[in-house]
Amino acid sequence: MKSFTYERASTPAEAASAAARNTGTRFIAGGTNLLDLMKLEIETPRHLIDVNSLALDTIEPLPDGGLRIGALVRNTDLAADARIRRDYGVLSRALLAGASGQLRNKATTAGNLLQRTRCPYFYDTNQPCNKRQPGSGCSALGGFSRSLAIVGASDACIATHPSDMAVAMRVLDAQVETVRPDGTTRRLPIAQFYRAPGDTPQLETALAPGELITAVTLPKPVGGMHVYRKVRDRASYAFALISVGAIVQRDGSGRVALGGVAHKPWRIEAAEAQLPKGARAVTERLLANAKTTDDNAFKLPLVERTLAAVLVEARA
Amino acid sequence: MHFPSDLAATRRDLLIGTAAAVATTSSSSRLAAQAPADIGPVIAPVSFEVNGAQREFSLDARTTLLDALREHLHLNGTKKGCDHGQCGACTVLVDGRRINSCLTLAVMHQGQRVTTIEGLGTPDNLHPMQAAFVKHDGFQCGYCTPGQICSAVGVLDEIKAGVPSHVSADLTATPEGSEAEIRERMSGNICRCGAYSNIVDAITDVSGRKA
Ligand SMILES: Cc1cc2nc3c(=O)[nH]c(=O)nc-3n(C[C@H](O)[C@H](O)[C@H](O)COP(=O)(O)OP(=O)(O)OC[C@H]3O[C@@H](n4cnc5c(N)ncnc54)[C@H](O)[C@@H]3O)c2cc1C
Ligand code: SF4
Repeated sequence: MKSFTYERASTPAEAASAAARNTGTRFIAGGTNLLDLMKLEIETPRHLIDVNSLALDTIEPLPDGGLRIGALVRNTDLAADARIRRDYGVLSRALLAGASGQLRNKATTAGNLLQRTRCPYFYDTNQPCNKRQPGSGCSALGGFSRSLAIVGASDACIATHPSDMAVAMRVLDAQVETVRPDGTTRRLPIAQFYRAPGDTPQLETALAPGELITAVTLPKPVGGMHVYRKVRDRASYAFALISVGAIVQRDGSGRVALGGVAHKPWRIEAAEAQLPKGARAVTERLLANAKTTDDNAFKLPLVERTLAAVLVEARA
Repeated sequence: MHFPSDLAATRRDLLIGTAAAVATTSSSSRLAAQAPADIGPVIAPVSFEVNGAQREFSLDARTTLLDALREHLHLNGTKKGCDHGQCGACTVLVDGRRINSCLTLAVMHQGQRVTTIEGLGTPDNLHPMQAAFVKHDGFQCGYCTPGQICSAVGVLDEIKAGVPSHVSADLTATPEGSEAEIRERMSGNICRCGAYSNIVDAITDVSGRKA
């Protein structure tokens, strides 16, 4: 691990401005992704700002009936919150399907959104990877791509975003609240949070340098049946090959987002109009522009079948 | 491609670089040429409670909680398995919650309370979970055992606190301590010997007694 200087943040605005002042800064929250990558020298920050003492660890009701989840709320606490379990079940389910009990006790809401890809070549520092070393090439194209993207990718990168939680956040139309180094704040819809890889797969989100996530907000509950179904190589403690997060209403309408297929949680609102026609119609629309490799072509039928199972479960 | 002699030279450069790094940066090392010059080790103070005793440290900021426990306090009950959060051998309790001590920095625990396997019980006065692992033969080689036991103690507290799991049928119901629940909740602790069925028996035994 490369050496770094370390400070504890005092306020969110001060953390953001300190991050902008020091080049090569990273915030550290749970540390469960960042330290893993620092040990491998995939991440080499020169300065760490520990945000754990910022009072961003509560879940507060909003006047519009929604919830404001502090950036530092731990994944375990979010999944176990009575309001989340009752009104936003898809979020609780997605969190509980991810990582392990120990990791969820540390992992935070913001850190989970910002965790980096599990592409095997991103992790292998001996191999070219445009995301890790811009311009070096993409080893996954023509390489081992079983776990990688089938939609939204580019010729520069076919990585997937590994978060389960983010899929539920997308289904729920969450918004990301931030503070920027100049002290101003903003709210970004999760739909606009992740950037397409294009020619610059190293740039993953809409966040500016130094911008700190302070909270994630949820709109008021929409009711319906909440389902999160994750398909993986082991029954527990494994990343998704694909996953489906859905909210289905009594009248058959609903929302669907996919994990494990793209650089971001994959949702196309127009596809949801096909829900009454069934899983095939929805999948055809969702994955209309799919581009698969020999290794990951299995994800196409897997999405359709998993969605079919989800719809059966939701309508039971 | 590294040849043995190459590798030796690189390691020597690095060692020299490290020794000299407090005063200078190791600009002569081949690795440093690719990246901005490294900064030298940064020594940071931190204090926290370990197994009931207040401990003061002055350590390289890169030191994980796991290395602080093992290398600085010589509490080597906590094991280093994968060092990447994948195996659970390093599980300890911090402020009563189980975490992987390999994926957190010691300096991030100022003022907190750490409990390791050595703090749960002693050979003469075993914690009920330690006793149950002995009774049910919940191990073979024993390497993962401290992590398994700390994790199991955390699991029972989480069930008691009403934290649901991936296998809980009803999210809003009070979770139970069934075998399926224990297996799912313990999935972050890998046992290479495959002593799982006895581990589950041990935890179920303690969980039944608690209820
Ligand atoms: C073995 C293993 C298995 C896993 N399995 C799964 C899985 O199945 N599903 C899944 O979804 N995840 C899984 N994970 C990933 C885990 O969910 C993430 O590591 C975790 O959510 C990251 O949160 P953190 O708080 O620890 O982030 P950190 O490691 O602290 O930070 C991650 C990134 O976010 C940035 N950051 C943190 N907080 C802020 C903030 N407030 N504002 C701006 N930037 C910030 C950091 O600078 C860093 O770049 C697994 C991890 C491991 C190690
Ligand atoms: S898919 Fe993306 S992350 Fe994976 S090797 Fe290619 S550029 Fe790197």
